[in-house]
Amino acid sequence: MAVASIQVSETPLVLYTLRRADDALILGHRLSEWCGHAPAMEEDMALANMGLDLLGQARELYGYAARVEGNGNDEDKFAYLRDVRQYRNLLLLEQPNGDFARTMVRQFFYSAFADLYWRAMMKSGDATLAAIAAKSEKESAYHLRHSSEWIVRLGDGTEESHRRAQTAIDDLWPFTGEMFEVDDSERALIDAGIAVDPASLRPQWLQTVSDIVREATLALPKNDWMQQGGRSGRHSEHLGHLLSELQSMQRTFPGATW
Amino acid sequence: MVIAMFDDAQLRQRAWDVAATVVDPEISVLSIADLGVLRDVAVRDGQVEVAITPTYSGCPAMNMITLEIELALEREGFRNSKVRTVLSPAWTTDWMSEEGRRKLAEYGIAPPQAASSRRALFGVEQVECPQCGSIDTEVLSEFGSTSCKALWRCKSCREPFDYFKCH
Repeated sequence: MAVASIQVSETPLVLYTLRRADDALILGHRLSEWCGHAPAMEEDMALANMGLDLLGQARELYGYAARVEGNGNDEDKFAYLRDVRQYRNLLLLEQPNGDFARTMVRQFFYSAFADLYWRAMMKSGDATLAAIAAKSEKESAYHLRHSSEWIVRLGDGTEESHRRAQTAIDDLWPFTGEMFEVDDSERALIDAGIAVDPASLRPQWLQTVSDIVREATLALPKNDWMQQGGRSGRHSEHLGHLLSELQSMQRTFPGATW
Repeated sequence: MVIAMFDDAQLRQRAWDVAATVVDPEISVLSIADLGVLRDVAVRDGQVEVAITPTYSGCPAMNMITLEIELALEREGFRNSKVRTVLSPAWTTDWMSEEGRRKLAEYGIAPPQAASSRRALFGVEQVECPQCGSIDTEVLSEFGSTSCKALWRCKSCREPFDYFKCH
């Protein structure tokens, strides 16, 4: 890599905002990988549209993190000039697209969470986060509806689509626990009324997910062992590969614009 | 310039009228005022500040709209105007003017319904075909050619059409 990574002062609010920004950027990038490859034209547009929503959310969040940090970083530096260990996204969202069923299950697990999370965050004591939440909540509702419909169609479709959807659920389930975890840094923001406790949303998330999965004639795994690490920068091997593509231009031609 | 003859209130009205002529680059029949994207125009010491709000977080038209507003104001003699983006309150299709809805339908895009139907997990919307007026229509894709539109089809006249999504 030709350009050094930036330093980030991860105060609780900066770290919190970067975590959500990274979630949106990484999932948005994954969805953009489908562009031109989706099984149907309508789906190609849908995946790119959702990716665009997420990219927009990421930009707002990075912009806010930069203003809070006040160290001269900006949205581009956060996206292009942080190394893999500086990324704070959920492990679920960096998992490769795999087949269409896997992409949809990943989207469904996350959107069912994001929809609840952003709606709850509209009451945040931080006016900027509340405003970003109000926009993101509307978009997440569409993402959830879209992925829910696909889960039902895939699960209750052919033998092959059922098998692929079930495999994706089994493989991705251990990454869902991380959505509801908080550390001391985030706990302080929750106590201050700036963030919401994601654990309080888990029963409702589980209800939505269980209902759709049941309707799809699929099943959630019995095993509840959960993987974590993304929030503190310990990622799966997949994120480095994703970033090498996402960052290649700025790392090779520092400060390039067009 | 002519501008020196106006007080701030008059300037504000003039600046609003100028900004309101800017159209959505992706739906050229709608002005940003019709859409509810134009939120506020303020004048301080002869300098104009325009506030706009995005329809969707990732809407790529926002940069273009910003530039168009600055150019339109510049053409009318407003120097160094500023455009800022506000997120709160979040844009909703309920802000679209009646005039805007009518223009959309004439253009062939079904206007948005009341935002209250948005939360339904599975589609329950009944959308009228902008071509033939039939309500015997079905959704093809929740996501259309731009962030703000969905793709529908009329089962009566068989024409596909865009539907401006509730938001």
